Amino acid sequence: MAADKLRHELRARMERLGGTVTSYALRLGFASRFLAYMVMHSGTALRRFRLTIAEVYFAGVLSLIIILVSGLFVGMVLALQGYETLQRFGASESLGVLVALSLVRELGPVVAGLLFASRAGSAITAEIGLMKATEQLSAMEMMAVDPIARVVAPRFWGGVISMPLLAALFSAMGIFGGYLVGVQLIGVDPGAFWSQMQAAVDLRADIVNGVIKSAVFGVAVTWIAVFEGYDAPPTAEGVSRATTRTVVTSSLAILALDFVLTALMFTGGNAL
Amino acid sequence: MNRSAIDLWVGVFVVAGIAALLFLSLKVGNLATFSSGQTYRVDARFANIGGLKIRAPIKSAGVVVGRVADIRFDNETYEAVVSMNLEAQYAFPRDTTAKILTSGILGEQYLGLEAGGDGVMLKAGDRLRLTQSAVVLENLISQFLFSKASEAKSDKEPAKPAAK
Repeated sequence: MAADKLRHELRARMERLGGTVTSYALRLGFASRFLAYMVMHSGTALRRFRLTIAEVYFAGVLSLIIILVSGLFVGMVLALQGYETLQRFGASESLGVLVALSLVRELGPVVAGLLFASRAGSAITAEIGLMKATEQLSAMEMMAVDPIARVVAPRFWGGVISMPLLAALFSAMGIFGGYLVGVQLIGVDPGAFWSQMQAAVDLRADIVNGVIKSAVFGVAVTWIAVFEGYDAPPTAEGVSRATTRTVVTSSLAILALDFVLTALMFTGGNAL
Repeated sequence: MNRSAIDLWVGVFVVAGIAALLFLSLKVGNLATFSSGQTYRVDARFANIGGLKIRAPIKSAGVVVGRVADIRFDNETYEAVVSMNLEAQYAFPRDTTAKILTSGILGEQYLGLEAGGDGVMLKAGDRLRLTQSAVVLENLISQFLFSKASEAKSDKEPAKPAAK
């Protein structure tokens, strides 16, 4: 009797687990189909480029303040912390190298990506989700306007264009913040600060790889954001949940992708 | 917000982003110092290269004159073969010495070139005959310990019969 009950319970659990896995796989498949459809129907977004420009404004220009201010502070903190450690080894001239490499390789793309996900990604999801909840998307379909081509694709391209620029601005601002604290405040020699940085930072291996990273993050974050918005249940609760999911999923995606990309780029693939 | 204001702001944003990229590649990276491309390649063999890496600087009299291009292991002589790209504007005599040196006590390793007195200059594909391997800290320490130990022994030995 007890064994029967246990078996029943176990079976129900296995079914629930299977159901969860299947629904995740289904959602991922739908998301991939959605991405393919969106890219193929990007003609309107690129031909009427003004639509995309407006989205670059909302995703990029409006994120500028948070990106610039956080970049400045991250650079300043890096310089303070780095100096504390480096001067113990008598290597405080390497401060520029430390600040520049950490920003260009890792912190620029990753932190800018996380900020972008929470500032612009959530806004994109909420906007598309609300348009769906208020049946604006259905209204467009009634007027024979494809909502994916008219609403979703411009937001996607706007985000993809903005993200690498934001990451570059973040890194540049961070290096400026490191210069302010390291050279102006602490008094590291400015010549050593810049020349050691230039000797250590490689254009191809560090800067181009950083830009590639930020572009990958841009695609991932905006894809997640537009998909969550489009897929949101058309209720107030559904939209709010979708917005939360966008921030959580894209933050995790950024960190996971960052590990993979770093392993591929900076260890020559040895770590994988 | 009207259209032209949006266009203006997006334009400013894009220009600022590209300016940041230019700043990164010109001021932070080494694009400006490394665009002068003409180099020639020279090889050298070392018994031990220590921690020398590809792209390590090659310095002569403290000035960077090239970069390490490639490091291989020769399975016949059991030596390391280091290929270096020297900038074409710098010519060195054929009997130049290559040494593996360290910048600072814990700094990275680089290749130092010391010009010789030969009248014939190095050509592309030449091999440097005179090389000096990297100093390996463990070997240095063990040498030091051995010499200390033998010193201590020679101090003790004459003392023993005196005690008896």
